[in-house]
Amino acid sequence: MYIIVVGAGKVGWNLARELLEKEHEVTLIESDRRRYLTVEQELEHNVSYGDASELWVLERAGIQRADMVIAVTGDDEDNMLICQVAREKYLVDQIIARVNNPRNRQHFDLLGVKPSVSATDLILRLLEHEVPEYGLVHLLDLQEEQLEIIEMLLGKDSGLIGRRVGDLSMPEGSLLISVLRSGKGFVPTADTVLEEGDEVLAVLDPGKEDELKALFGPDDNGA
Amino acid sequence: MFVLIVGCGRVGSSVARGMLREGHQVSCLDEDPESHARLEVGLEKSWEDLGGQFTVGAGLETEALVAAGIEQADVFIASTDGDNTNIIISQIAQKRYEVPTVIARVLDPLRAEWYRRQGLQTVCPTKVAIDMLESAVRESAGRGGTPPPEPAAEAA
Repeated sequence: MYIIVVGAGKVGWNLARELLEKEHEVTLIESDRRRYLTVEQELEHNVSYGDASELWVLERAGIQRADMVIAVTGDDEDNMLICQVAREKYLVDQIIARVNNPRNRQHFDLLGVKPSVSATDLILRLLEHEVPEYGLVHLLDLQEEQLEIIEMLLGKDSGLIGRRVGDLSMPEGSLLISVLRSGKGFVPTADTVLEEGDEVLAVLDPGKEDELKALFGPDDNGA
Repeated sequence: MFVLIVGCGRVGSSVARGMLREGHQVSCLDEDPESHARLEVGLEKSWEDLGGQFTVGAGLETEALVAAGIEQADVFIASTDGDNTNIIISQIAQKRYEVPTVIARVLDPLRAEWYRRQGLQTVCPTKVAIDMLESAVRESAGRGGTPPPEPAAEAA
Protein backbone atom coordinates (compact mmCIF):
# COMPACT_ATOMS: atom_id res chain seq x y z
CA MET A 1 0.00 0.00 0.00
CA TYR A 2 1.20 3.55 -0.65
CA ILE A 3 0.65 5.68 2.45
CA ILE A 4 1.29 9.40 2.93
CA VAL A 5 1.82 10.47 6.53
CA VAL A 6 1.71 14.20 7.27
CA GLY A 7 3.54 15.58 10.30
CA ALA A 8 6.85 14.13 11.51
CA GLY A 9 6.33 14.66 15.22
CA LYS A 10 6.68 11.71 17.57
CA VAL A 11 3.46 10.16 16.29
CA GLY A 12 4.18 10.61 12.60
CA TRP A 13 7.80 9.52 12.79
CA ASN A 14 7.05 6.34 14.71
CA LEU A 15 4.06 5.58 12.55
CA ALA A 16 6.11 5.96 9.37
CA ARG A 17 8.81 3.68 10.77
CA GLU A 18 6.27 1.00 11.70
CA LEU A 19 4.56 1.19 8.33
CA LEU A 20 7.90 0.87 6.55
CA GLU A 21 8.71 -2.20 8.65
CA LYS A 22 5.40 -3.68 7.51
CA GLU A 23 6.72 -3.15 3.99
CA HIS A 24 4.37 -0.39 2.95
CA GLU A 25 5.57 2.38 0.72
CA VAL A 26 5.57 5.56 2.81
CA THR A 27 6.14 9.27 2.31
CA LEU A 28 6.31 11.34 5.47
CA ILE A 29 5.81 15.09 4.90
CA GLU A 30 7.20 17.63 7.38
CA SER A 31 7.05 21.41 7.08
CA ASP A 32 9.67 22.32 9.67
CA ARG A 33 13.09 22.33 8.04
CA ARG A 34 15.08 21.37 11.14
CA ARG A 35 12.72 18.58 12.09
CA TYR A 36 12.81 17.33 8.52
CA LEU A 37 16.63 17.18 8.55
CA THR A 38 16.59 15.22 11.83
CA VAL A 39 14.07 12.67 10.62
CA GLU A 40 15.67 12.45 7.20
CA GLN A 41 18.86 11.04 8.75
CA GLU A 42 16.93 7.90 9.61
CA LEU A 43 14.15 7.64 7.05
CA GLU A 44 16.12 9.16 4.15
CA HIS A 45 14.15 9.38 0.90
CA ASN A 46 10.92 8.42 2.67
CA VAL A 47 10.70 11.91 4.12
CA SER A 48 9.73 14.94 2.10
CA TYR A 49 10.04 18.60 3.09
CA GLY A 50 7.08 20.92 2.61
CA ASP A 51 3.72 22.22 3.84
CA ALA A 52 1.23 19.46 3.02
CA SER A 53 -1.69 21.87 3.04
CA GLU A 54 -0.24 23.24 -0.22
CA LEU A 55 -1.70 21.18 -3.03
CA TRP A 56 1.49 21.06 -5.07
CA VAL A 57 3.36 19.54 -2.12
CA LEU A 58 0.79 16.75 -1.93
CA GLU A 59 1.00 16.26 -5.68
CA ARG A 60 4.79 16.13 -5.58
CA ALA A 61 4.46 13.38 -2.96
CA GLY A 62 2.29 11.44 -5.41
CA ILE A 63 -1.07 11.82 -3.72
CA GLN A 64 -2.84 10.80 -6.94
CA ARG A 65 -1.70 7.23 -6.44
CA ALA A 66 -1.87 7.14 -2.62
CA ASP A 67 -4.07 4.47 -1.04
CA MET A 68 -4.14 6.19 2.32
CA VAL A 69 -3.43 9.60 3.84
CA ILE A 70 -2.83 9.95 7.58
CA ALA A 71 -2.70 13.51 8.97
CA VAL A 72 -1.10 13.66 12.41
CA THR A 73 0.20 17.23 12.70
CA GLY A 74 -0.25 19.15 15.92
CA ASP A 75 -2.80 21.42 14.28
CA ASP A 76 -6.43 20.29 13.95
CA GLU A 77 -7.28 22.71 11.13
CA ASP A 78 -4.36 21.37 9.09
CA ASN A 79 -5.36 17.75 9.72
CA MET A 80 -8.97 18.45 8.70
CA LEU A 81 -8.01 20.34 5.58
CA ILE A 82 -5.41 17.81 4.42
CA CYS A 83 -7.82 14.91 4.84
CA GLN A 84 -10.67 16.78 3.19
CA VAL A 85 -8.53 17.66 0.17
CA ALA A 86 -7.09 14.12 0.02
CA ARG A 87 -10.51 12.53 -0.12
CA GLU A 88 -12.51 15.06 -2.11
CA LYS A 89 -9.93 16.42 -4.56
CA TYR A 90 -7.59 13.47 -4.97
CA LEU A 91 -10.14 10.71 -4.25
CA VAL A 92 -7.91 8.91 -1.76
CA ASP A 93 -9.81 5.85 -0.47
CA GLN A 94 -8.70 5.88 3.14
CA ILE A 95 -8.01 8.82 5.39
CA ILE A 96 -7.19 8.98 9.08
CA ALA A 97 -7.00 12.24 11.01
CA ARG A 98 -5.57 12.99 14.40
CA VAL A 99 -7.66 15.14 16.75
CA ASN A 100 -5.43 17.16 19.08
CA ASN A 101 -8.17 18.94 20.99
CA PRO A 102 -11.10 16.58 21.69
CA ARG A 103 -13.47 19.54 21.57
CA ASN A 104 -12.70 19.83 17.87
CA ARG A 105 -13.97 16.33 17.10
CA GLN A 106 -17.42 17.75 16.26
CA HIS A 107 -15.81 19.75 13.45
CA PHE A 108 -14.09 16.67 12.03
CA ASP A 109 -17.48 14.93 12.04
CA LEU A 110 -19.23 17.92 10.47
CA LEU A 111 -16.76 17.98 7.58
CA GLY A 112 -16.98 14.21 7.19
CA VAL A 113 -13.34 13.70 8.13
CA LYS A 114 -13.37 10.26 9.69
CA PRO A 115 -12.13 8.14 11.21
CA SER A 116 -10.48 10.58 13.54
CA VAL A 117 -8.29 9.55 16.43
CA SER A 118 -7.81 11.47 19.65
CA ALA A 119 -5.13 10.42 22.11
CA THR A 120 -6.91 12.30 24.88
CA ASP A 121 -10.11 10.36 24.23
CA LEU A 122 -8.25 7.06 24.15
CA ILE A 123 -6.55 7.78 27.45
CA LEU A 124 -9.87 8.78 29.00
CA ARG A 125 -11.40 5.51 27.82
CA LEU A 126 -8.49 3.62 29.31
CA LEU A 127 -8.83 5.57 32.52
CA GLU A 128 -12.52 4.70 32.75
CA HIS A 129 -11.59 1.10 32.17
CA GLU A 130 -8.91 1.06 34.85
CA VAL A 131 -10.92 2.97 37.44
CA PRO A 132 -13.90 0.74 38.19
CA GLU A 133 -16.04 3.25 40.10
CA TYR A 134 -17.32 4.55 36.81
CA GLY A 135 -19.35 1.32 36.79
CA LEU A 136 -20.20 1.38 33.15
CA VAL A 137 -17.57 1.62 30.46
CA HIS A 138 -18.21 2.62 26.90
CA LEU A 139 -16.26 0.22 24.73
CA LEU A 140 -17.43 1.05 21.27
CA ASP A 141 -19.79 3.38 19.49
CA LEU A 142 -21.05 2.10 16.18
CA GLN A 143 -22.34 5.48 15.08
CA GLU A 144 -23.47 4.49 11.63
CA GLU A 145 -25.19 1.37 12.95
CA GLN A 146 -26.73 3.21 15.92
CA LEU A 147 -25.42 0.74 18.47
CA GLU A 148 -23.17 0.89 21.51
CA ILE A 149 -21.23 -1.78 23.30
CA ILE A 150 -20.61 -1.25 26.99
CA GLU A 151 -18.96 -3.12 29.82
CA MET A 152 -20.20 -3.30 33.42
CA LEU A 153 -18.52 -4.73 36.47
CA LEU A 154 -20.78 -6.45 38.99
CA GLY A 155 -19.73 -5.02 42.36
CA LYS A 156 -20.40 -6.90 45.60
CA ASP A 157 -23.54 -4.84 46.23
CA SER A 158 -25.06 -5.38 42.80
CA GLY A 159 -28.59 -6.70 43.01
CA LEU A 160 -27.92 -9.22 40.26
CA ILE A 161 -25.43 -11.50 41.97
CA GLY A 162 -26.75 -15.03 42.13
CA ARG A 163 -29.46 -14.42 39.56
CA ARG A 164 -30.08 -16.36 36.36
CA VAL A 165 -29.56 -14.38 33.15
CA GLY A 166 -32.93 -15.69 31.91
CA ASP A 167 -34.65 -14.04 34.86
CA LEU A 168 -33.22 -10.58 34.29
CA SER A 169 -35.60 -8.00 32.92
CA MET A 170 -33.21 -6.45 30.44
CA PRO A 171 -34.46 -3.16 28.99
CA GLU A 172 -35.87 -3.40 25.51
CA GLY A 173 -33.16 -2.69 22.97
CA SER A 174 -30.35 -4.27 24.96
CA LEU A 175 -28.73 -7.68 25.02
CA LEU A 176 -26.06 -9.37 27.14
CA ILE A 177 -23.41 -10.65 24.78
CA SER A 178 -20.67 -11.99 27.01
CA VAL A 179 -19.44 -12.48 30.55
CA LEU A 180 -15.80 -12.18 31.59
CA ARG A 181 -15.11 -14.25 34.71
CA SER A 182 -11.68 -14.92 36.25
CA GLY A 183 -9.97 -13.73 33.09
CA LYS A 184 -12.04 -15.89 30.74
CA GLY A 185 -14.91 -14.87 28.55
CA PHE A 186 -17.99 -16.84 27.54
CA VAL A 187 -21.37 -16.24 25.97
CA PRO A 188 -24.03 -16.53 28.64
CA THR A 189 -27.12 -18.72 28.30
CA ALA A 190 -30.42 -18.21 30.09
CA ASP A 191 -29.11 -20.56 32.82
CA THR A 192 -25.90 -18.67 33.49
CA VAL A 193 -25.85 -17.41 37.09
CA LEU A 194 -24.09 -14.09 37.60
CA GLU A 195 -21.34 -13.83 40.20
CA GLU A 196 -19.60 -11.00 41.98
CA GLY A 197 -16.71 -9.64 39.94
CA ASP A 198 -18.23 -10.66 36.60
CA GLU A 199 -17.62 -8.20 33.81
CA VAL A 200 -20.62 -8.13 31.56
CA LEU A 201 -20.65 -6.87 27.99
CA ALA A 202 -23.90 -5.65 26.52
CA VAL A 203 -24.92 -4.27 23.16
CA LEU A 204 -27.65 -1.66 23.20
CA ASP A 205 -29.47 1.09 21.38
CA PRO A 206 -28.04 4.52 22.20
CA GLY A 207 -29.70 6.09 25.20
CA LYS A 208 -30.38 2.84 27.06
CA GLU A 209 -27.34 3.21 29.31
CA ASP A 210 -29.15 4.68 32.28
CA GLU A 211 -31.72 1.89 32.35
CA LEU A 212 -28.97 -0.72 32.28
CA LYS A 213 -27.01 1.11 34.92
CA ALA A 214 -30.06 1.05 37.18
CA LEU A 215 -30.50 -2.67 36.56
CA PHE A 216 -26.89 -3.57 37.27
CA GLY A 217 -26.17 -0.96 39.92
CA PRO A 218 -25.91 -1.39 43.68
CA ASP A 219 -29.54 -0.55 44.47
CA ASP A 220 -31.94 -3.43 44.82
CA ASN A 221 -34.44 -2.54 42.12
CA GLY A 222 -32.81 -5.01 39.80
CA ALA A 223 -35.81 -7.24 39.27
CA MET B 1 -27.14 43.36 8.26
CA PHE B 2 -25.22 41.52 10.96
CA VAL B 3 -21.61 40.97 9.94
CA LEU B 4 -19.35 38.62 11.94
CA ILE B 5 -15.63 38.94 11.29
CA VAL B 6 -13.21 36.35 12.66
CA GLY B 7 -9.60 37.55 12.71
CA CYS B 8 -9.14 41.17 13.58
CA GLY B 9 -5.83 41.95 11.92
CA ARG B 10 -5.20 44.74 9.42
CA VAL B 11 -7.73 43.37 6.97
CA GLY B 12 -10.42 42.26 9.41
CA SER B 13 -10.34 45.47 11.46
CA SER B 14 -10.52 47.71 8.38
CA VAL B 15 -13.45 45.80 6.96
CA ALA B 16 -15.11 45.95 10.39
CA ARG B 17 -14.77 49.75 10.58
CA GLY B 18 -15.99 50.15 7.04
CA MET B 19 -19.07 48.01 7.57
CA LEU B 20 -19.90 49.77 10.85
CA ARG B 21 -19.59 53.15 9.10
CA GLU B 22 -22.06 51.95 6.49
CA GLY B 23 -24.55 51.28 9.25
CA HIS B 24 -24.26 47.51 9.63
CA GLN B 25 -24.14 45.66 12.90
CA VAL B 26 -20.57 44.39 13.28
CA SER B 27 -19.08 41.79 15.62
CA CYS B 28 -15.39 40.82 15.71
CA LEU B 29 -13.82 37.67 17.14
CA ASP B 30 -10.08 37.34 17.75
CA GLU B 31 -7.86 35.23 19.98
CA ASP B 32 -5.74 38.22 20.89
CA PRO B 33 -7.39 40.75 23.27
CA GLU B 34 -4.88 43.37 22.04
CA SER B 35 -6.37 43.30 18.57
CA HIS B 36 -9.28 45.34 19.94
CA ALA B 37 -7.01 48.41 19.84
CA ARG B 38 -6.61 47.98 16.08
CA LEU B 39 -10.36 48.40 15.64
CA GLU B 40 -10.25 51.85 17.18
CA VAL B 41 -7.48 53.24 14.98
CA GLY B 42 -8.71 56.57 13.64
CA LEU B 43 -12.00 56.43 15.55
CA GLU B 44 -13.10 59.26 17.83
CA LYS B 45 -15.11 57.09 20.18
CA SER B 46 -14.61 53.57 21.47
CA TRP B 47 -15.60 50.63 19.24
CA GLU B 48 -18.37 49.68 21.65
CA ASP B 49 -19.71 53.23 21.92
CA LEU B 50 -20.09 53.23 18.17
CA GLY B 51 -22.14 50.03 18.45
CA GLY B 52 -19.48 47.48 17.60
CA GLN B 53 -19.05 44.17 19.35
CA PHE B 54 -15.75 42.44 20.19
CA THR B 55 -15.24 38.92 21.60
CA VAL B 56 -12.01 37.22 22.59
CA GLY B 57 -11.79 33.62 21.43
CA ALA B 58 -10.72 31.25 18.67
CA GLY B 59 -12.76 30.61 15.55
CA LEU B 60 -12.90 26.88 16.21
CA GLU B 61 -14.48 27.32 19.65
CA THR B 62 -18.21 27.00 19.22
CA GLU B 63 -18.88 28.88 22.48
CA ALA B 64 -16.87 31.83 21.20
CA LEU B 65 -18.66 31.77 17.83
CA VAL B 66 -22.04 31.74 19.54
CA ALA B 67 -21.01 34.52 21.96
CA ALA B 68 -19.91 36.58 18.96
CA GLY B 69 -23.37 36.09 17.45
CA ILE B 70 -22.87 33.56 14.66
CA GLU B 71 -26.47 32.37 15.04
CA GLN B 72 -27.75 35.80 14.01
CA ALA B 73 -25.08 36.53 11.40
CA ASP B 74 -26.09 37.39 7.83
CA VAL B 75 -22.47 37.57 6.71
CA PHE B 76 -19.46 35.63 8.01
CA ILE B 77 -15.93 36.73 7.10
CA ALA B 78 -12.91 34.55 7.97
CA SER B 79 -9.80 36.73 7.90
CA THR B 80 -7.36 35.18 10.36
CA ASP B 81 -3.73 34.81 9.33
CA GLY B 82 -4.17 31.06 8.72
CA ASP B 83 -5.52 29.81 5.41
CA ASN B 84 -6.53 26.45 6.84
CA THR B 85 -8.24 28.06 9.81
CA ASN B 86 -10.20 30.34 7.48
CA ILE B 87 -11.25 27.46 5.24
CA ILE B 88 -12.33 25.23 8.12
CA ILE B 89 -14.25 27.84 10.14
CA SER B 90 -15.99 29.07 6.99
CA GLN B 91 -17.29 25.57 6.38
CA ILE B 92 -18.47 25.42 9.99
CA ALA B 93 -20.32 28.71 9.47
CA GLN B 94 -21.87 27.35 6.27
CA LYS B 95 -22.76 23.84 7.31
CA ARG B 96 -23.45 24.07 11.00
CA TYR B 97 -24.79 27.60 11.43
CA GLU B 98 -26.12 28.07 7.90
CA VAL B 99 -24.93 31.65 7.63
CA PRO B 100 -26.29 32.93 4.27
CA THR B 101 -23.08 34.60 3.08
CA VAL B 102 -19.68 33.19 4.01
CA ILE B 103 -16.40 34.61 2.73
CA ALA B 104 -12.93 33.22 3.42
CA ARG B 105 -9.66 34.98 2.91
CA VAL B 106 -7.18 32.47 1.48
CA LEU B 107 -3.64 33.56 0.61
CA ASP B 108 -2.71 30.43 -1.33
CA PRO B 109 -4.16 30.77 -4.87
CA LEU B 110 -4.39 27.00 -5.44
CA ARG B 111 -6.37 26.30 -2.28
CA ALA B 112 -8.51 29.41 -2.88
CA GLU B 113 -9.37 28.22 -6.37
CA TRP B 114 -10.20 24.64 -5.41
CA TYR B 115 -12.40 25.59 -2.48
CA ARG B 116 -14.11 28.23 -4.61
CA ARG B 117 -15.08 25.48 -7.01
CA GLN B 118 -16.44 23.50 -4.05
CA GLY B 119 -18.88 26.32 -3.36
CA LEU B 120 -16.98 28.38 -0.82
CA GLN B 121 -16.64 32.09 -1.61
CA THR B 122 -12.93 32.89 -1.32
CA VAL B 123 -10.96 36.10 -1.65
CA CYS B 124 -7.32 35.62 -2.57
CA PRO B 125 -5.15 38.70 -1.91
CA THR B 126 -2.14 36.95 -3.48
CA LYS B 127 -3.97 36.51 -6.75
CA VAL B 128 -5.02 40.17 -6.67
CA ALA B 129 -1.40 41.22 -6.07
CA ILE B 130 -0.14 39.02 -8.90
CA ASP B 131 -2.69 40.44 -11.33
CA MET B 132 -1.93 44.03 -10.31
CA LEU B 133 1.83 43.56 -10.57
CA GLU B 134 1.55 41.93 -13.98
CA SER B 135 -0.69 44.65 -15.31
CA ALA B 136 1.59 47.34 -13.82
CA VAL B 137 4.50 45.81 -15.74
CA ARG B 138 2.45 45.66 -18.94
CA GLU B 139 1.41 49.28 -18.52
CA SER B 140 4.99 50.35 -17.98
CA ALA B 141 5.95 48.60 -21.21
CA GLY B 142 3.10 50.35 -22.98
CA ARG B 143 4.31 53.77 -21.74
CA GLY B 144 7.67 53.33 -23.44
CA GLY B 145 9.61 51.26 -20.93
CA THR B 146 11.86 48.59 -22.36
CA PRO B 147 9.64 46.83 -24.90
CA PRO B 148 9.42 43.05 -24.90
CA PRO B 149 11.78 41.43 -27.44
CA GLU B 150 10.28 40.88 -30.87
CA PRO B 151 9.50 37.20 -31.43
CA ALA B 152 11.25 37.48 -34.79
CA ALA B 153 14.46 38.73 -33.16
CA GLU B 154 14.40 35.75 -30.79
CA ALA B 155 13.96 33.31 -33.63
CA ALA B 156 16.99 34.76 -35.36
